[in-house]
Parts: sequence; C-alpha cells; structure tokens
Amino acid sequence: MAEPGTSFGQRLGPALLDSLLAAIIAFALFSLLLGLRMVDKVTGLTLQPRPVLLAVAVGIVFCGRLLLNLFVWHAEYPLTAPFAKLFTRAPFERRDLIVLGATLLVATLMFLFSLVIIDSAAFELVAASVFIFLGIGLVRRIIVQFFPDLPYGRIFTVGGIAFAVLFPICAYLLEKTFRLGLPLRYLLDLSILVLTYVMLGWGLNVVVGLAGLLDLGYVAFYAVGAYTFALLATHFGLGFWICLPIAGAAAALWGIILGFPVLRLRGDYLAIVTLAFGEIVRIVLLNWTEVTNGPNGVSGIPKPTFFGLPFAPSGDGTFSSFFGLKYDPLQGIIFLYYVILALAFITNLVTLKLRRLPIGRAWEALREDQIACRSLGINTTITKLTAFAIGAMFGGLAGSFFATRQGFISPESFTFIESAIILAIVVLGGMGSQLGVAIAAIVMVGGFEALRHTEGLQSIFGEGFDPALYRMLLFGIAMVGIMVWRPRGIIGSRSPSIVLDEARPIGGGLVREGRA
Amino acid sequence: MAYFLQQLINGIALGSIYGLIAIGYTMVYGIIGMINFAHGDIFMVGAFIALILFLALLSLGVTMIPLALLIVLLLAMVLTAVWGWTVERIAYRPLRESFRLAPLITAIGMSIVLQNFIQVAQGARVKPLQPVVTGGYTLFTEGDFAVNLSNIQILIVVTTLVLMTVFWLIITRTALGRSQRACEQDRLMAALSGVNVDRTISLTFVLGAALAAVAGLLYLLYYGVIDFYIGFVAGIKAFTAAVFGGIGSLPGAMLGGLIIGLIETFWSAYFTIEYKDVAAFSMLAIVLIFFPTGLLGRPEVEKV
Repeated sequence: MAEPGTSFGQRLGPALLDSLLAAIIAFALFSLLLGLRMVDKVTGLTLQPRPVLLAVAVGIVFCGRLLLNLFVWHAEYPLTAPFAKLFTRAPFERRDLIVLGATLLVATLMFLFSLVIIDSAAFELVAASVFIFLGIGLVRRIIVQFFPDLPYGRIFTVGGIAFAVLFPICAYLLEKTFRLGLPLRYLLDLSILVLTYVMLGWGLNVVVGLAGLLDLGYVAFYAVGAYTFALLATHFGLGFWICLPIAGAAAALWGIILGFPVLRLRGDYLAIVTLAFGEIVRIVLLNWTEVTNGPNGVSGIPKPTFFGLPFAPSGDGTFSSFFGLKYDPLQGIIFLYYVILALAFITNLVTLKLRRLPIGRAWEALREDQIACRSLGINTTITKLTAFAIGAMFGGLAGSFFATRQGFISPESFTFIESAIILAIVVLGGMGSQLGVAIAAIVMVGGFEALRHTEGLQSIFGEGFDPALYRMLLFGIAMVGIMVWRPRGIIGSRSPSIVLDEARPIGGGLVREGRA
Repeated sequence: MAYFLQQLINGIALGSIYGLIAIGYTMVYGIIGMINFAHGDIFMVGAFIALILFLALLSLGVTMIPLALLIVLLLAMVLTAVWGWTVERIAYRPLRESFRLAPLITAIGMSIVLQNFIQVAQGARVKPLQPVVTGGYTLFTEGDFAVNLSNIQILIVVTTLVLMTVFWLIITRTALGRSQRACEQDRLMAALSGVNVDRTISLTFVLGAALAAVAGLLYLLYYGVIDFYIGFVAGIKAFTAAVFGGIGSLPGAMLGGLIIGLIETFWSAYFTIEYKDVAAFSMLAIVLIFFPTGLLGRPEVEKV
C-alpha cells in the first residue's frame, strides 16, 4: 500500500487494485443472495435474476473503496479532515475552508437544481442533510470561538431538561391558540417512545455501564414489569400507581433470582446466560396460556389516573370535568409523557446519587478490576447483585409504563432484539455516560422512527420502498460502524464520580470494562 | 424401546448439525477468546446460499442428485467462507486490541445485519425445498411402530464424521493447525516466532464458516424449510454445545453437539415440545454455572 506523501499517480495503481479486489469479494458475497431472488410460484420456488441491483451493489463497493483509498485513507490530506475539524477546536487552514465551501456550494446547487428544474425530494433530502450537518458544526465552532470556557456539558443538560419539561405544554398551547396544524399526536407518541428507551438505557446503564456486567437479557425484566402490572390490573382491578412499585419490586426480585446463580461467571459467559434467561422468560410467557393468555397477549390494561381522576370523554370526576376543561384526547397523552419523563428522571437521579455512595463506587471499582476488588474486601457477589437488582427494577418500572401506554402486551414485544436495541443505546452512547445514553436513544430510536416517514427515500428507491424494512438493517450497520469508529461511544469521556483535587474528565483509554 | 431407538437416531442426526456449527464457535473462542455471536447467522446464510444454488442447478438442468449435492456443498462452503472472512475483517479485526466486550457488541450488530440483509434481499417468508434425498431403511418393527433410518440421516452423520476427521487432521497435522494452536496459547509469542497472526485468525473464521455452510446445507436437506431467523436459536444451541464440550476443544464441540441434540430430541419426545428451547437454554445456564470448563476443556486461570 502506498505511503502518505507519494504522488497521486503513484497511489492510483495500488488503489485501483485494492478496489478491484474489494469488488470481487463483494461480487462473491452478493452474487447469489442479492443477484437472485427466490419467488414463490405454484410449482415451488423459482429464481428471479436481478442483475442491475447486483451491479449497483458491486459498483458502490468499488467506487466507495476507490474514493476512500484515494482521498481519505492514504492521502496526504484526507478530505474528511475539515469536517472532523468542525467538531474540534483546531484552527482552520485555507484548504479546509475551500473544501467546506465547495461542499456547501454543491449542496446549494443541488437544492436549487431540484427546486427549479426536476423537483426531486431525494436531492432536497441530501442537500438538507448537508446543510444541517454543516450548520450544526459551524454554530458550534462560532460559539466555542467566542465563549471558549463555558460549561457546555451543564448548559446542554439544563437546556435538554428544560426542553423536555416545557415541550408538550408549549406545543399544546401553541397548537390550541394558533392552530398551526402540528402533528402533535405523532410528536408526543414519538417522544414517549424515545423517553421509554432513555429510561431503559439508563436502567441498563447501571448494570453495563457502572458495574460492567454485560446483560443481554434485560428485556426479561421489562417483560416481568409489564406482565406484573397487566395481570394485576386485569385480574384484580388494581390501578397503575399501586402496581408501579409492585412491578418494580417483582422485577428486582427476578433480577436477584436470575442473578444469584450466574453472577460468578466471566463477562462473556454472563452475557450468554442472561440472553438464555431472557429467551426462557419469553418462551414461558408464550406457552403458559392459563396465566398469560399466550401469544394472544393481555389486553384492556387501564391507563394511569391523575390523582384518581381518569382521562375520559364524559362523566363525573374525570380530569376534564374536575378542572372545567374541554375534553381532549391529547390531555391523556401529555400526562403519559410527563409520567415517563418523571420515571426517567427518577432513574437518572437515583443512578447519580448511587454513584456517589459506597455501593456505586464499588460497582465502578468492580468494573475496573474484579480481583483487586476482592483483595480489598469488597463482596463481589452482593455488589453485582445490587447492580443487577436495581437495573432490573428500573426495567420493571419501564415495562409497567409500557403496558399502560399500549393497553395491550404480548410476548412479541419482548424479543431478544429489544435487548439488543437497549444495549446498543447504552454502548453507543458511551458506557457510563448518562447524557450519551439519552443522545443515543434519541438518535437510534427517534431517528429510525422518523425514517419511516421520510418521503425523500421513496423517490430514491421507488414507490414501493418501505423504510421500516430497512430500519433494523441500518440499526445493525450503525451498531457495528459506531463501535468500530468510536469504541468508546458517542460521548467517550465522562466526569469522574469522585474527585481528589480537581475534576478531570476520564479518558476512554482508562476505562476497561469486563477485564475480569 | 423402539420409540427410544427412533429418538436416539433423530437426536444423533440433529446433534451432528449442532456439532458442525459448534466447531466454528469453539475454534474462534479458542483463538481470540470472543463469542462470535454472528456465527449462527453465518450458518443461516450458508443455508440460504445452498438453497439458491440448488434452485439454480435445477433450473440449469442438473438432475443427478449426488452431483448436484457435491457442487452445492463445495460452492456453498466457498461462498459462505467469504462471508465469514468479511465479517471478521469488517467487525472484529479493527477491535482486536479494544476492550473485551467490544467485539461481542459488534458481533451482535453483525448478527442483526445478516438477519435483516437476508430478510430484505430474499423476503421474510419461509423457503421450502422439495425433498432431495429420500428413502431409507426400516431397521425393525415393534408392534405398529417401525424404527426408520432415513438416507438423509445417514448422509448427515457420514458427512459430519468425514469433516470432523478432516478438520482433526488439519488442526493436528498441518502448518496451519500448528500456527492456530500457537496463536491460541500466546498470540504475541506466536507473532514473534514468525506466525502470521492476522492470517491465522482469518483462516479460522474461514474454516468455521465453511463448516457452518455444511451444517446449513444439511439442515436444509433435513428439515426442508428455512427462514432468515433459524440462525439465532441454532446458534445459541451450538454455543451451548461448544461450552458443554469444553470451549476450545474440537472433539468436545462434537460431543457437546450430540448431547444437546439428544437432550432436545428426548425432551420433545417425552415431555413438551413447546419447552424444548427452554430445556436447551436451561442446560446452557446449568453447564456454565456448574461446569464452566466443560467436559473436555482445560480450566482457565484468572490472572491479574
């Protein structure tokens, strides 16, 4: 492979060869699986060739690899450098500005071209993404340039909390006064979904991020919480607020029961056993029809009340009649939003407090070095078990909320893929970082959910394109990509839980999870 | 008695398939100490490649079954091996010096990618294949119950035995096997003595994927239907088999595969079929808790 500093002509030969090899491998990978599609016919399966698709896939691999080879990997001046610089404090050189300007120009031209001539949503989508990316980078650079020493982490956190608290009320009032036609219902549902995953992420973060125990069966506790509430509510008519602590306690109990035998296992063995437990819980829920109603699930789960006032369209003693408001189904949804927001905050506060207590410090010490912990007299079993139980409790609380929001639950909702999504949120957010987990939940869940409704993609891939199908594929690619690109997650460093003299962020290199 | 014997035969055939997959887990774990979570999905990809090759050969007019089987076997092994190589290259090699759980997380990501890629590219419906290898022998009858040994079961066991022998010879007799065992013991020292560690690890993945392809083909012939989800459960059971036999040990993987196959078959035959996966998963937990080194494994010393 060519060394940096060689001329473009010298690099072209090896780059072409390398890209050709990549293209051949891509052809071997995709020739059968992508180039031929099995179609159901009356006579059985028949094959339908798709040469164009295959050619496009191989072409993308070839061109992408060639461009990367020439301009990024072995180039003296990688073209990606100026974009990376937007997110650091390094000073710009002239060629950085030229590259950024050129990108902006191309995006603007694309946008105008689409606006005036062909009216293609795809072009606009690409241009808009470039604008947003460059815009965020530039705004960040300008702020850092003028106010270099502000506590950005704190501002970001406070701003985020303020936004989360004020968003539904403000949006609701604006909508009611000005009739803006916001898709309020959709936005609230999406936010509730994202917040549920934020809470689950924070709950799992206690286990994975703080105690360093890789739990692949977290969804089991989510399921225990959901089913505890659903069964208590449908069989005994108990309300959400009574069942919430019961569900949390039940999940914590299950955490202890499942955790006790397995916690002396090594990191990756523990991961597989928790996965097995998660699957066992799901299979039992699926087959124990007398209690759980099997695959048909439990329906008719009640909604939470506002201090005993239900959200109902008519009748005495409802929320709207008590406060003399006009009934609106959105009120119930906004209330649900605040419930999950409060639950998520509680999770976060408890975690932050626990991190300062001896038990929290023991968790982090355990993650760093288990043998050292044992030598210092920390009871590793009890320490691991508390982490497991507390994480499970938050999972149970979130599950109980999930049940009340959906009104219907079935084992379908608690598959391994849910565990993988929650784990991905924790890991990609940066293990142990609360802010990172929240950002990752917003990006991974909110972003992919928004993908469902993007029209631009339809115009690229044709009318029949259903982004939902590609959601999990992209999710997996993002999981691998971010992990390879930034093994420490989006927020790689975090402030230490306790400090001696001054607070210094902990570099990613110091944190070594699961070494024991 | 006849019923028992029939279940024994079924269990051995199923266990052979698990054993073939388990070898991939055990070799990779032995050499780089990671659980290749995507291996079950490599098996699934292998089954899909085999099915497409079958259909392609049929439409090309190759009707001689043994010839078609041989072509499918070899091509599927090669193409699946390319998948195994690519997965290692993309998702594991960049993280080799990273913390221990990092490659496990990319492996889960890769598993999601493979499953959904197949779902997108080939559709979510189950894919049936008409029986290719038919016929068999009736060993004996007891009352109304006949104990059958089908040709496909013979094929499965024979193929597994042959491949096991070949692999055993590769690991114990060739230069590749030597460097593999060297990397297993001490990667740095092996590198200092001139072993190309990267290439050895790549080849381990290639060999594991090739065996998974064989398992995929046999699974396809045995059950006649596949879908994009078969890799997950089969993968976990094969991993259980690998741990049971003692992770890192080749004969152990085969033995573990047979035991898991037998447990699953007998559980379905004598207890409830709904809970057969629960039996296998509980087995995994019990084995890991009480015999973490497995039947034929070496105990691992925890060092500071």
